[in-house]
Amino acid sequence: MAATRTTAVAGQRPGNDLASSLKDAMIAALLVGVLGFFFLALRTEIATGGLEITTRWGLWFSAIAITFGVRLALNLFVFRTSRPITRAFSGRGAAVSARLPGLGKWLGIVLFIFATILPFFIITVFPAQQRQFIDLAILIMTYVMLGWGLNIVVGLAGLLDLGYVAFYAVGAYSFALLSTHFEFIGFWTALPLAGMLAACWGLILGFPVLRLRGDYLAIVTLAFGEIIRIVLLNWYDFTGGPNGIANIPKPTFLGMDFTRGDDGVAAFLGIQYSTIHRFVYLYYIIFLLAIVTNFVTMRLRKLPVGRAWEALREDEIACRSLGINTTNTKLTAFGMGAMFGGLAGSFFATRQGFISPESFTFLESAIILAIVVLGGLGSQIGVVIASVVMIGGIELLRNIGFLSNIFGPDFDPVQYRMLIFGLAMVCIMIWKPRGLVTTRAPSAILKEKKRIGADMVSQGEGH
Amino acid sequence: MEYFIQQLINGLTLGSIYGLIAIGYTMVYGIIGMINFAHGDIFMIGSFIALATFLILTTVFGFVFLPVVLLIVLIVSMLFTAAWGWTVERIAYRPLRGSFRLAPLITAIGMSIVLQNFVQISQGARVKPLPPQIQGGVTLIEEVSDHGTIAVQLSYMQMIIIATTLILMAGFTLLISRTSLGRAQRACEQDRKMASLLGINVDRTISLTFVMGAALAAVAGLMFLLLYGVIDFYIGFLAGVKAFTAAVLGGIGSLPGAMLGGLLIGLIEVFWSGYFSVEYKDVAAFSILAIVLIFMPSGLLGKPEVEKV
Repeated sequence: MAATRTTAVAGQRPGNDLASSLKDAMIAALLVGVLGFFFLALRTEIATGGLEITTRWGLWFSAIAITFGVRLALNLFVFRTSRPITRAFSGRGAAVSARLPGLGKWLGIVLFIFATILPFFIITVFPAQQRQFIDLAILIMTYVMLGWGLNIVVGLAGLLDLGYVAFYAVGAYSFALLSTHFEFIGFWTALPLAGMLAACWGLILGFPVLRLRGDYLAIVTLAFGEIIRIVLLNWYDFTGGPNGIANIPKPTFLGMDFTRGDDGVAAFLGIQYSTIHRFVYLYYIIFLLAIVTNFVTMRLRKLPVGRAWEALREDEIACRSLGINTTNTKLTAFGMGAMFGGLAGSFFATRQGFISPESFTFLESAIILAIVVLGGLGSQIGVVIASVVMIGGIELLRNIGFLSNIFGPDFDPVQYRMLIFGLAMVCIMIWKPRGLVTTRAPSAILKEKKRIGADMVSQGEGH
Repeated sequence: MEYFIQQLINGLTLGSIYGLIAIGYTMVYGIIGMINFAHGDIFMIGSFIALATFLILTTVFGFVFLPVVLLIVLIVSMLFTAAWGWTVERIAYRPLRGSFRLAPLITAIGMSIVLQNFVQISQGARVKPLPPQIQGGVTLIEEVSDHGTIAVQLSYMQMIIIATTLILMAGFTLLISRTSLGRAQRACEQDRKMASLLGINVDRTISLTFVMGAALAAVAGLMFLLLYGVIDFYIGFLAGVKAFTAAVLGGIGSLPGAMLGGLLIGLIEVFWSGYFSVEYKDVAAFSILAIVLIFMPSGLLGKPEVEKV
């Protein structure tokens, strides 16, 4: 398909267009037929006395027909014509991104102000669904914070970490265990402790991998993530095993709980009690934590250690020959990233009130890494955009009830969520391989500021 | 001692399966330098195709002679899984060739999520049990003592798995060292640009690498199905991570390394569950990986990376 497509674009004759498009669409349909035969046409079901095969020819044929139609339409109107209908769209996109450096700064400020007033905006505009939307905002903000934390390790220091969820888990379990074992420890006391513990784990896990590069580093961090999850799952006496830890205390506001009684926050502030207050409060906690993460990262980029991270990402050998201590540089990157992961983890524990190893699978690491890479490595605003698109996008899929009218009552959009999530990851990456926000200003400049184009930055090489 | 030998046999069997999957990882890594995260799920796809083919042959067509049935299942699942491998490469990796390094890694993770969920939706989330098809075996050692009889069993299934792996490995080594395809592959591995200047169709060679990796994963899928008798949409993840660990342990990019790594991971897992605890067998495998890499950063048989400045 690739060969035919490129040659057709290079030197096509108008008369040949339809024929070759048809042929290509037929090949695509045939491929779907072959691939789908064992999965769409057949289905193995558990029946009495063993497995049995059921057939679904209708589904198979419609999949083939849809592929043929879509591929033909794409060929005729996008891939093989000199004036693709998407041209206007992509031209406009390029124009926007050319003005992005100036825009990015403003976009950041606008997003910050919007995020500050977001809960009140939701309460006034969508009073019926306020709880659901604020919950979604909290979830997206959590991923923004995790993305920013991982951005230090992957985006700035260029160390590919596939086990970031381990630190998230350490933070969550630290807070959960501290608060359930010691009465006097609340969210605000446990938060710095959890951050410190996660940072310690970052250093402990960082030490053995100092000599490793690129993909070796990736697999060892993945292994560490899995080790921590397996230990949490099997150390029954300490972590509760698969049952997890329940009854984790909620965060307090100046020592007061969000309850209806006289000693609650609502009574203290003299406002009408409402359950939504606690969610608004949670939103502001994670917002504050995320902003702190961003602020610290931005400041660190201007300090020697931040410069050393970026130098390490670009070229380790040059870095070492200039006298930078790569051991310390790597360890601080791991430690900082782990600390923010741990802070986000203890927030997760207090928000959920219940944690179990189920929440800390490799998929979480993959989602966080995907957010960082899709956003554009090293770009802070890109992480925000990618989190909103990916996390907000999958949550929206929960609510598309109208599709059941089309596909019948058995159609459950929830089970297609991850499928669409994966497809979106693939498509966005192919569409914009360097992430959604590709240009970035260099942090160190000599005399005047020059923009670095995406193709000039060899960021995130992983070694 | 008998217990030890029995565990050794079990470990070698499991290790063969890991080794077969690990070859797919190591070949792809050698040729384009990327972690094909979806490879574990290709293995899962292979085992589902094998299951469906087996059921069609036995229940719909009523074949009963097992060796012929298994041979047909093997060929069909290799062919169809190879088609899946080709398609994944075509959709998710080829457009990103020459792009920066993390891009294909992310599409690979995306493809892995897609394949898992596609199979979950189309085939259901419940496990598919298949009753054991090949039973019996040979008793190698039998010792009667006061405590009862201790026997070392080598089942026919284990023999088939080890023998198939050996044959495939031998054939594969010949393919890489003697045929023009193998030469093209090694050339692409060394220098892709130079290879294309010398008239090697690089895209085709890379596609064939994926096809071969997928076919071997299909064999592993069939073995897994016959050995354990239960499959579900999630088996690909853990097997994939283990096999990748094996490939890295043996030195990624090296074929004998992948097989050696696979056998080692299989042995570590089986011995750890036999002598210590079943729960922590994965921890043991991953810890050994970390320890080996700390002392030998390019794996057991890998060539150390020389970086020109």
